[in-house]
Amino acid sequence: MNAVAESRLKRKGSLEKNPRLSQWLRVLRDGAVSIYSGKVEIGQGILTALAQIAAEELGIALERIRMIAADTSVSPDEGVTSGSLSIQDSGAALRRACAQARTLLLERAAAHLGVSPGDLQVKDGAVRAAGLSTTFWECADDALFDCEIDETAELRSPRDYRVVGKPAARRDLPDKIAGRPHFIQDMMLPGMLYGRIVRPPHNFAGLISLDDSKVKSMQGLTAIVRDGGFVGVLAEREDVAISAQRALRLAASWKEIDPMPQDVHAWLKEHAAEHRVISEKENADVKSRGVTMLEASYTKPYISHASIGPSCATAQIDDGKLMVWSHSQGIFNLRRDLALALAMREDAIVVRHVEGAGCYGHNGADDAALDAALLARAAGGRPVQVQWMRDDEFAWAPCGPAMALSLRAALDPQGNIVDWRHELWSNGHSSRPGRSQGPALAAAWHLSTPHERPSAINMPLPAGAADRNAIPIYDFPNQRVVNHYVHEMPVRTSALRSLGAYANVFAIESFMDELAQAAEIDAIAFRLRHLKDPRGRAVIDAAARRAGWSNWKPVEGRGHGIGFAKYKNLGAYCAAIAEVEVGREVRVNRLVLAVDVGLVINPDGVINQIEGGAIQSTSWTLKEEVKFDARGIASLDWEHYPILKFSEVPAVEVELIDHPELPAAGAGEAAQGPTAAAIANAVAHALGLRVRELPLTYEKIAAAISQST
Amino acid sequence: MTEPLRLIVNGAETALDVDPHTPLLYALRNDLELKGTRFGCGTGQCGACFVLIDGHPAPACDTPLWSAAGKSITTVEGLGTGGGLHPLQNAFLAEQAAQCGYCTSGVLIAAAALLAKNPRPTEGEVRASLDRNLCRCGSHNRMVRAVLRAAREIAP
Repeated sequence: MNAVAESRLKRKGSLEKNPRLSQWLRVLRDGAVSIYSGKVEIGQGILTALAQIAAEELGIALERIRMIAADTSVSPDEGVTSGSLSIQDSGAALRRACAQARTLLLERAAAHLGVSPGDLQVKDGAVRAAGLSTTFWECADDALFDCEIDETAELRSPRDYRVVGKPAARRDLPDKIAGRPHFIQDMMLPGMLYGRIVRPPHNFAGLISLDDSKVKSMQGLTAIVRDGGFVGVLAEREDVAISAQRALRLAASWKEIDPMPQDVHAWLKEHAAEHRVISEKENADVKSRGVTMLEASYTKPYISHASIGPSCATAQIDDGKLMVWSHSQGIFNLRRDLALALAMREDAIVVRHVEGAGCYGHNGADDAALDAALLARAAGGRPVQVQWMRDDEFAWAPCGPAMALSLRAALDPQGNIVDWRHELWSNGHSSRPGRSQGPALAAAWHLSTPHERPSAINMPLPAGAADRNAIPIYDFPNQRVVNHYVHEMPVRTSALRSLGAYANVFAIESFMDELAQAAEIDAIAFRLRHLKDPRGRAVIDAAARRAGWSNWKPVEGRGHGIGFAKYKNLGAYCAAIAEVEVGREVRVNRLVLAVDVGLVINPDGVINQIEGGAIQSTSWTLKEEVKFDARGIASLDWEHYPILKFSEVPAVEVELIDHPELPAAGAGEAAQGPTAAAIANAVAHALGLRVRELPLTYEKIAAAISQST
Repeated sequence: MTEPLRLIVNGAETALDVDPHTPLLYALRNDLELKGTRFGCGTGQCGACFVLIDGHPAPACDTPLWSAAGKSITTVEGLGTGGGLHPLQNAFLAEQAAQCGYCTSGVLIAAAALLAKNPRPTEGEVRASLDRNLCRCGSHNRMVRAVLRAAREIAP
């Protein structure tokens, strides 16, 4: 086997699907380099980090890099921007591509100058040798990169990095801070109409009646669009579209379905359809030493994405071609599902990414794209922009699934865990487009020829979904982990930041503290005693040191606690320590996080993601729960779905443990589980009482107190 | 048809021939193409659409045009002077105080109102004054640091 064929077998990142060099970059005459990534900016700063990687391998200034927004007609297909994989997938691919591009540029420059590549002096794309000079920008043409990426070009050594590993300012922030148009919601195309969708705030099987007589005559209304139970409005003015939507909602009656179960967690346990043992270890000898048995059950409610900017899309149909602008995380998958829903050919559709408000998983972005496309069919070639209203967003974006968890363990007389059992019950954590037979887009289920609503599924281990991080990272001689999959869905669920890891880590790490207490061993010493992984031990140590764990002074009503995980058991290590004060409500005063993501691309970017994740997790953990009435979701505004406010946000300190020699792992989701566990453990420490149901509200704490007395 | 409504937006007087019940938000975003003021909830609960009306932060989504007529309205685009950025905006850049940036405009407006009446706020005062602004990405602490930095720069 030759070197090229061999290297093809271990293709890095997204090169497998996108092996041509020309798919990844173009060198422009004006001294800029356009980078084509299939990954998208969702508020996490990924385009800045990818630009750093490209600049590094090309050996040019960061300012020369232009990141091209992902577009199905020009970008490599890199699937979905999710799972904290963008640095691993796109970053690794770009690193290879740019290293090869640099080699090719140098070879050509050498040929131009009539010297050998070894004689060239290169600085920021300017090439000199023997008194002659040229530039990358003069040497490049489209033919140069029309080749396969063979992965033989030498990569720059992390020791020599000048751009990677240094803080880089986010490329998107100047626009956003100046208030310039930047978001998809800010798009304005000539002749654009405004659309709104008329949906009830709960599941429905169809429309019984719609009295549109009053709305029809509304001044400025362009059309009422109806296809089965799908109803939308088009207007010249956005405010008119909103008024029409509101009026039509009152004038419609819907065929309702799926009344909500009263006790969702009991319901999940009763409706599990698949029971999969995902990890099993047996050592009967050690197991027989167990003397202290503990068991505990934990719950996590449905959680909303609750982005500040509701979902939005713009669509235009021109000459049988559909153009869609979307803040989808997966533009190729969205294109596929749009084609299914609209009975169009995929090659007649282009989806281009435009940034939306913060995205924390599978939200309403894809749904809004089909909404806009359906309305565009009635717009006579004019572009149509649809933005969901706040209640549309709370009612229709998929929720992060509720979960129930039961844990059991046995301790030997020395306080070692000799047996560990973890069972979880949950709906699937992904109903993203592109993964089921029919379109996973809300409007498709209500058309006159309706598509079936797909059930959420779980991606397989080792990354997993509901069972993400359910297998403990600790070394237990006996263990059994069971994933009970619930197929039936009272609520639409899909991927929310960290998927099952949030609840699994909350449960595992809460239970570790319960066991440590039973064994009368310090929570951190107890963890270290069961953990061999040196990188895991290092983040725990670092967090403990930074927080001053061993110098804690007991104060009435205050507590501290730790939570730890290696995200997906594959990615970033994160240990969190929380310090809380429990009065009527829980207040988190301080969070200290230590993180190891391997090679750090943009230190400030990683800190921002970890800090943001920790604060969001604090909000989930203290406050958040989708509320239901008999018909469905009842928390449809910020009053009924409160999130953490400025005055409630803890001080957050983040310590990075840099490993330039190790592969870079994503940081976006690593803090979710450890933060929740740290807070829960701190609350237990403060109260002397364990609260096992999230969120840790006054009501949940009061219930735990009354159960214990 | 009613009389055109007269608005003073970022110091410039403008007349709009639209329904006086139209929320100010859509007049700003779509008629005047000032896209920095953003829709978040439509009920004044999140702060994404805050503008200054005669110096006071108010949700443009919940303010009918008639009630803003004749008053001085400042949007995020009008915070700076002479085409430059407001010190708050420079401080937000220096602190990299955003993730998605969708709530940023409204936070800047609330912070500008705070600094106008209290040039050297404490951290607690900054937090309290931003409590009507929601941020989902968890950029709160960076934004608070940025406001304090701007305060130091405006009134050293």
